[in-house]
Amino acid sequence: MAKNKKTTRRDFLYTATYTIGAVGLGATIWPFIDQMNPDKSVQALATTEVDVSTVEPGNSITVLWRGKPVFLKRRTQEEINEARAVNLKELKDPQKDEERVKEGKDEWLVMLGVCTHLGCVPLSNKGDYKGGWFCPCHGSHYDVSGRIRKGPAPVNMEIPKYEFVDNNTIKIG
Amino acid sequence: MSDHEYQPTSKAGKWFNDRLPLLSLVSHLKDYPTPKNLNYWWTFGGILTFCLLTQIITGIVLAMHYVAHADLAFGSVEHIMRDVNYGWLIRYIHSNGASMFFLAVYIHIFRSLFYGSYKSPREIIWIIGILIYLLMMAAAFMGYVLPWGQMSFWGATVITNLFSAIPLVGESITTWLWGAYSVDNPTLNRFFSLHYLIPFLILGLVVLHIWALHVPGNNNPVGIDIQKPSKDTVPFHPYITIKDIFALLVFMIIFAGFVFFAPNVLGHSDNYIPANPMVTPAHIVPEWYLLPFYAILRSVPDKLGGVILMFSAIFILFILPWLDTSKVRSAVFRPIYRQFFWILVLDILVLGYVGAMPAEGIYLVLARVGTIYYFLHFLVILPVVGYLEKTDPLPINISDAVMSGSSNLSIAKKDEKKV
Ligand code: HEM
Ligand code: FES
Repeated sequence: MAKNKKTTRRDFLYTATYTIGAVGLGATIWPFIDQMNPDKSVQALATTEVDVSTVEPGNSITVLWRGKPVFLKRRTQEEINEARAVNLKELKDPQKDEERVKEGKDEWLVMLGVCTHLGCVPLSNKGDYKGGWFCPCHGSHYDVSGRIRKGPAPVNMEIPKYEFVDNNTIKIG
Repeated sequence: MSDHEYQPTSKAGKWFNDRLPLLSLVSHLKDYPTPKNLNYWWTFGGILTFCLLTQIITGIVLAMHYVAHADLAFGSVEHIMRDVNYGWLIRYIHSNGASMFFLAVYIHIFRSLFYGSYKSPREIIWIIGILIYLLMMAAAFMGYVLPWGQMSFWGATVITNLFSAIPLVGESITTWLWGAYSVDNPTLNRFFSLHYLIPFLILGLVVLHIWALHVPGNNNPVGIDIQKPSKDTVPFHPYITIKDIFALLVFMIIFAGFVFFAPNVLGHSDNYIPANPMVTPAHIVPEWYLLPFYAILRSVPDKLGGVILMFSAIFILFILPWLDTSKVRSAVFRPIYRQFFWILVLDILVLGYVGAMPAEGIYLVLARVGTIYYFLHFLVILPVVGYLEKTDPLPINISDAVMSGSSNLSIAKKDEKKV
């Protein structure tokens, strides 16, 4: 455009029309995109209470929460010691075992049983790390704290939001 | 386009054609000049059209009996198999039809690679073709989810999780795709909707593909342009139609062989177990036609890296016409490229094989070598060979090549000398 060309009334009208048009278009498209997100009824199912009184040390149970399995593992003292003895420098996603459990409830590891690679369910007590998990899909190994040690998964298995309602009941979500 | 202006003979025909020139279109399609040296590798376009129509017809019938709900889908497919009249037949045609469709498309694509059909002036035909191929993969993937068996569920989980590798927005995108916090009923429902839609998008692209083809006309085994006016071409009908029909019949015999004698060999038996979100099958594999890409994904020990490489393996095909620097189209006259072509075919077969094997040990090594070679072929070998290669002399015209008794003029010449 020529430098000395004056901005005309018409230029203003064009710009204003494009802008309003773009906003209108965006506002129209958004509902068609957002309809695919989880709706209120799906979000409403977002908590589960689990009775863990029957789980012996060294054992674990699996429950379904928001369509995904959650591992609740009651670890033995030996397993806890092992998880804490690990040198953090060896870890791909360094995190202390203490950060992955609730203080005073060290024996309970509550974690999403979902491989952080592409979402398969890892097998417990399998793989290269004792008391840990192995994902058969593409070969990720997790340790007894659910931390990624080997394989394509980028991060440790996720700890969901949870709390102890009482000594025997865990509320997930 | 046709060289002549078409005029219907009947008065009614003329009246109609003046208002909507459909008859002119039919006439164009009949008379469309085709190189007279097309071989059987050129019959796969027609075969692919047949495959698409077969999937659409059988699919619409299946949709009359199928229920897209997580609790009912598996049962409804069993109902199709056991109760619906001829339901087993229609479902087996549809599920094996997907495999036959891919078999045909792979042959069609390798035909283009061998004879340089992607080169100027046919780049747009090629690009539309790759778009069709992408949509076919999407359609087949979502179709495979519909029976809601174990492979359906876990295949859907792994593939949708690919998007979670995208930094920052990855998680939100997967949740958005799922409509839940995992693959669940909303996912199944929308996949059904899209599975129904995509074949019609493909149909639209096929029209564009053929339209773009009819501008420059077909490439041919010697890869040189048609000379006008010349005796290089024959009308599409009846010469090509009859050849296409013959090839189609042979194809249908193989197709029927699968449907009636081995309807499940190409599938995975785990998909006859209802989906269970608590247990992943020990060995999950995609359908055979996606295996080479799966091998590429798994060859990288990094999540984002693997996903990027896998998508690049497909998207690199879009720029192929500009990566190949050789002006000569047909590999018949390209002694060096011809050998690399076959190495690429072998490479992709190896990738497909290791994609079906566990990702460990020798398989992982093979997958890595295969992946590196795949990219090397397109990014290094093609551009360099195009510059360095000394191509064989091209025939003057197609008739000349045909008359010399072989599509390969240089081979024909050598034979003459021997005699
Ligand atoms: C590009 C064309 C298409 C391809 C490649 C394709 C592929 C597939 C595949 C691989 C399956 C899974 C088969 C199985 O294992 O049971 C499937 C299922 C299904 N498809 Fe298609 N499809 C196509 C077109 C269509 C169309 C146009 C419809 C029409 C609505 C349709 C409706 C269905 C239904 C209802 C099922 C579930 C029943 C079943 O699993 O057999 N498909 N499709
Ligand atoms: S999903 Fe677990 S390793 Fe890929």
